[in-house]
Formats: sequence, structure tokens, C-alpha cells
Amino acid sequence: MHYLGTATVKFKQSVLEPQGKAIQLSLHENGYKGIDLVRVGKHIEVTLQAESIEEARSKMEQIAEELLYNPVMEVCEIHVEPR
Amino acid sequence: MKAGILTFPGSNCDKDLGSVLREFYGIEVEYLWHTSAFAVEHDLYFVPGGFSYGDYLRSGAMAAKAPSLKSLREASEKGRVITGICNGFQILTEAHLLPGALIRNHSLKHICEWVDLKGKGEFSFLPEDFALPVSHSEGNYLIDPDGLRSLEENQQIILRYRNNPNGSVADIAGIQSANGRIIGLMPHPERAFFPTMDYSQSLPIPGKTFLDRIIARV
Repeated sequence: MHYLGTATVKFKQSVLEPQGKAIQLSLHENGYKGIDLVRVGKHIEVTLQAESIEEARSKMEQIAEELLYNPVMEVCEIHVEPR
Repeated sequence: MKAGILTFPGSNCDKDLGSVLREFYGIEVEYLWHTSAFAVEHDLYFVPGGFSYGDYLRSGAMAAKAPSLKSLREASEKGRVITGICNGFQILTEAHLLPGALIRNHSLKHICEWVDLKGKGEFSFLPEDFALPVSHSEGNYLIDPDGLRSLEENQQIILRYRNNPNGSVADIAGIQSANGRIIGLMPHPERAFFPTMDYSQSLPIPGKTFLDRIIARV
């Protein structure tokens, strides 16, 4: 079976994220009101083969911990669905 | 003495480093390409600056998983002196050989300039006007409060910026491992060896003043 795994990688709330800040500023300058916060992260898609959705999830978690995110500065959410 | 310089696709300070090691210290240099493991038979190792793997994903992230890093880990277990400069520092943190991480500069701009530095611990001898060049986009050193406390208690902070250019926690420009064998620096000592590299010829050579102490640890 083929699965689509997605990893959403975000900076920890405690880490200042300057790209989001710049976007927020630009939105304000363009007249948008009430924009409280903008944070930029990464969306990583991995198509993978596995026997079951559980195995696919476990593979994705392993990949994420091994390479996709750095727990010193980031958090990561995994989502897996059949493809 | 023999040095190993690890190289990756995108390394660009490896040759500068090799030249100063040969010309100023008479050290034999071997370049170690990322695709293979190497025998730990060198007296010291360097992970040079550049943009390994194009800085994809995170600076240093993929280089930290290269086959050559497995050998570097073995070298660290054997207590060899390992110095990561700029991208090399990023690689060593991604490989967990040094604590913390380096993220985008606070300004989001690439910084390429000489910065005033203050030596700490064994590097306290550095003169008041000591400066080295930096050139980075991700030089903003990040560590949690517990990690910072541990760095301070173990005297692992070796260089601080006098005018923090990138947002680094506690003005950190360089650290070392608890045993002092692994060193990570954002400034480039190898770019401060020749008068043409924009320093006054009358001063002691800044890069050498710094690197002498690291080489003395071998």
C-alpha cells in the first residue's frame, strides 16, 4: 500500500520566528486589521510504502525524528493517510 | 601532525583552512569526502564552512547524517580535537556533538563583516580589540535556559560577540564540549591570516592568535 505522510514542522512558540514577523508587518502595512500573529513553518510530504497505516505512521515518525525536524528549536506534527 | 578536513557538496572554506594549516603550522592535510567513512588516524579534524547540501532542510542537517560523520563521532569518542567553523558548527550541533542549534539571523539578512569578540575561559587572553570575520545567515545560537546554565557552569562558552550581530543567546559566538575537545565557532579564523584579508599588518595575526590555542590542545 502507498501512503501519504505529511510532517508539519513549526518553530517552538518560545523561538522568535522573524519571517512570520516580517509577513505580519507587511499585512499591517497593507491595511489588514486584527492580525495577531503570523508564524512560518514547513510542510513536508513523503509518499511511502507500508503494509498498514500503523506501519506507515511509525515509519514517518522515525523519519521525522531522524531528519525532518530538530527538537532543539522545532516541533513536528505527523499525519498519514492512504494514497 | 596530520589534520582531516571533512568536505561536503557545498563546502567552500575547506581550501582556505587547508592552506593556513599547511603554511602556518606545517600540518599535513587530508580532505575527507562525505560519502565514505574514514579511518581515525588524524591528530585533529575540522568541519569547514560553506553551504553543505545547499543548506536544504536546515543548515547542517543532512551533512550531520553523512557517512563521514559516523567516523567523526568515533574520533570524538577517542578524544580527538574537532573544530567546526560556521557551517561546520551548524553540522556539529545537528549531529549532537555540540549542544544547541543555529537558526536564522534575527535580521533575516546574511551578515558578512568583521565582528568584535571577547574571549572567555582559556581564550580570555585575547586582546580587547580582537576581531574575526563572520559570514552567515544562520548564526543565531539557540539553547534553552537549562542548556545555557550548563554551558556557563562548565565554562563551555569560549567566544562572545561584543555587539551581537545575529540575536544569539547570551552573545554566544563560540562554544566547546564539556571535555574541551569539540569546538564550534561562527567566526572564521581561517579568513584572518593574511593582511590582504582586511586587517592591519601591524597587529598580531588574528586568526592565528585564535587557532594556535586550538592546535595546542592536540
